[in-house]
Amino acid sequence: MLIAKIFVQLKPSVLDPQGKAVTNSLHNLGFNQVHETRISKYIEIRFDSNDKTETAKQVEKICDSLLANPNTETYHFELQEC
Amino acid sequence: MRVSVITFPGSNCDHDAYEVFKSRAHDAKLIWHKDHDLEDPDLVILPGGFSYGDYLRCGALARFSPIVNEVLAFANRGGLVMGICNGFQILTETGLLPGTLLMNSDLKFICKHQFIRVETSNSPFSKGIEPGTILDIPIAHKEGNYFIDESGLNSLQDNDQVLFRYCDVQGEYQDNPNGAIDNIAGIINTKRNVLGMMPHPERAATDSVSSQDGRKIFQALERYFDGRN
Repeated sequence: MLIAKIFVQLKPSVLDPQGKAVTNSLHNLGFNQVHETRISKYIEIRFDSNDKTETAKQVEKICDSLLANPNTETYHFELQEC
Repeated sequence: MRVSVITFPGSNCDHDAYEVFKSRAHDAKLIWHKDHDLEDPDLVILPGGFSYGDYLRCGALARFSPIVNEVLAFANRGGLVMGICNGFQILTETGLLPGTLLMNSDLKFICKHQFIRVETSNSPFSKGIEPGTILDIPIAHKEGNYFIDESGLNSLQDNDQVLFRYCDVQGEYQDNPNGAIDNIAGIINTKRNVLGMMPHPERAATDSVSSQDGRKIFQALERYFDGRN
């Protein structure tokens, strides 16, 4: 069995109001060296397969067609045996 | 006019839209998202709400409802499609409209009356409305912050695709409720048959509410159909 660990992130050019709010809160907590916070999505998908090459192709298709919005987001992933 | 209003799981403005068209003597129908037949409409409405609970991204899962393939084919044949609020989010996810609706800049769900300015009369949805006309139309969303990259924005501006911009009571671009780029509240596609807008004209079209400015948009559609038929 394989597990895909997928991160979907806002592109650097897209403002992240949630990240900005978290930065402000961290400053209020005294973490004054925090410069920027970006919030991402983390998604796990398990596959009934041990073929890493084929599964990686599928994960890319899954990300391109549903998990990430190419207008505003990028993604990367790791495939591990589990 | 034959109007098909699509109901997704989580739609909550479908009946409002349906009732407005019924009250204006149009042949309105509610179509379930699992259906495969739009029933030969002149106009398709993708209503407001929270389709699929806004899971993953607003509109992302609705894009894969069976009826949406029919909506895509209808729009690509030149059929009129109007997406309101969540409907606008679905239209950007399908690719029928460019850009994305991001979270409001202040992270809050905003529900209030908002002035918007009609920017062009060159569309079936604004036919006969003088550009610069100010409408009082309610907004109710958390993800209404329209975003598009610079070249996309230039293209929208160059092709006269911005139909509505948020404004103040004088029509100045001083009131932007959600951080939308260029104050954009509604856009059309290049073929000018698909509209997406965050404000809710169907909530400002009956005598029982405080603004009736939404009627101007429905009247524009009626003018377009009267001229065509």
